[in-house]
Amino acid sequence: MSTETAEKKEEIKKDAEALLSKRRKKLISDPLVDDNPITIQVLGICSALAVTTQMQPTLVMALSVIFVMVMANLTISLLRDKIPTRVRIIVQLAVIATLVTLVNEVLKAFAFDMYKELSVFVGLIITNCIVMGRLEAFALGNKPYDSVLDGFGSALGYSWIILAVAFFRELWGSGSLFGVPIFDAVSGIFGEDFQLATNGLMVTPVGAFIILGLIIWVQRTKTGYVEH
Amino acid sequence: MELFNLGIRSIFIDNMVFAYFLGMCSFLAVSKKVSTALGLGAAVIFVLSITVPLNWFLNEFVLKEGALAFLGENFATVDLSFLRFIMFIAVIAAMVQLVEMIVEKFAPALYGALGIFLPLIAVNCAILGGSLFMAQRDYTLAESAVYGFGSGTGFFLAIVALAAIREKLKYSNVPNGLKGLGITMLITGLMGIAFMSFMGIDL
Repeated sequence: MSTETAEKKEEIKKDAEALLSKRRKKLISDPLVDDNPITIQVLGICSALAVTTQMQPTLVMALSVIFVMVMANLTISLLRDKIPTRVRIIVQLAVIATLVTLVNEVLKAFAFDMYKELSVFVGLIITNCIVMGRLEAFALGNKPYDSVLDGFGSALGYSWIILAVAFFRELWGSGSLFGVPIFDAVSGIFGEDFQLATNGLMVTPVGAFIILGLIIWVQRTKTGYVEH
Repeated sequence: MELFNLGIRSIFIDNMVFAYFLGMCSFLAVSKKVSTALGLGAAVIFVLSITVPLNWFLNEFVLKEGALAFLGENFATVDLSFLRFIMFIAVIAAMVQLVEMIVEKFAPALYGALGIFLPLIAVNCAILGGSLFMAQRDYTLAESAVYGFGSGTGFFLAIVALAAIREKLKYSNVPNGLKGLGITMLITGLMGIAFMSFMGIDL
């Protein structure tokens, strides 16, 4: 993480910069494809895979991560001059853990089924390396607004990958999307003889590894990124 | 016998990596060489075996609903379980720091071998995950000790096996886009299929 800090440090911006200048748009758009946290930087894979058997919990997870990342980036960025370097990891962990606790309590209160389904994985956002990684690499050295944008961009990059994984896993594994049975509907249109089979392997962790591996392959072939 | 079964289950069937995807970040990042994978794996076993029982005490005597009953009547209904995340992560971070200092003082050779992996472990999801699963499943002290050690061993096996495969893989001709992370994910998937065969074992 610390080696990244130097590279990622952006130059200090001029005073009167547009609210969404070109550079700021880049903060959001870069993590979507070219610098995606999951497929390029290899961060935050743990939670990416665990919740992706269905679209709905994945969406909740994605929203939670977006919230936590934006707020954590904002907080750390506001505090960046006050935090002594030696204890910064603990401070970061405390901020993240507080935010995650908030998310967890909200879920428990308003969406108890979802809370049960996600079980420990909401808690594991704390150790999601994307959050820590962005705090270390960006929020510690940049102004609040930029940090918010950066956090939002990275979280979006993370979100679309996990939603893509969940899309294929739910469609092929359970034959549905957001709980709506697609495969049954298809065989309803084409008659009873036309049955689409689901693949049980997709629901197991193995499906997640393979789908993600293939998404990475497609994405890297498109961007031309090669790892050595 | 129960405990032994739990141990076997946490090593093979509920493997941290292949069944719960925990510790994937370091699993992917530190599995390029067998020697470093051994170091990280050993460190994870070590820290998990310490933090899970430690967090059990914390959970049992401070955080659980009614856990503070020993302080008196007024505390009998206090439920601090919403503090679980922040307390567990604090214990883990502190333990890792402490373990690092102890190892540095008393076993410099081991410290040299583990080196950078020890501090990294504080943010390894397998460690926090172990404690959270312990709390969720209401393990007893003995069970959580066995569970901590078992799941650490499971992680150790997985990362060393992957590192061994990746060392061989260096000499293979992998398509450009699949190099590195892509092929590693596919291999992990195949290893996962192999580990799935343990699921049939009924303990």
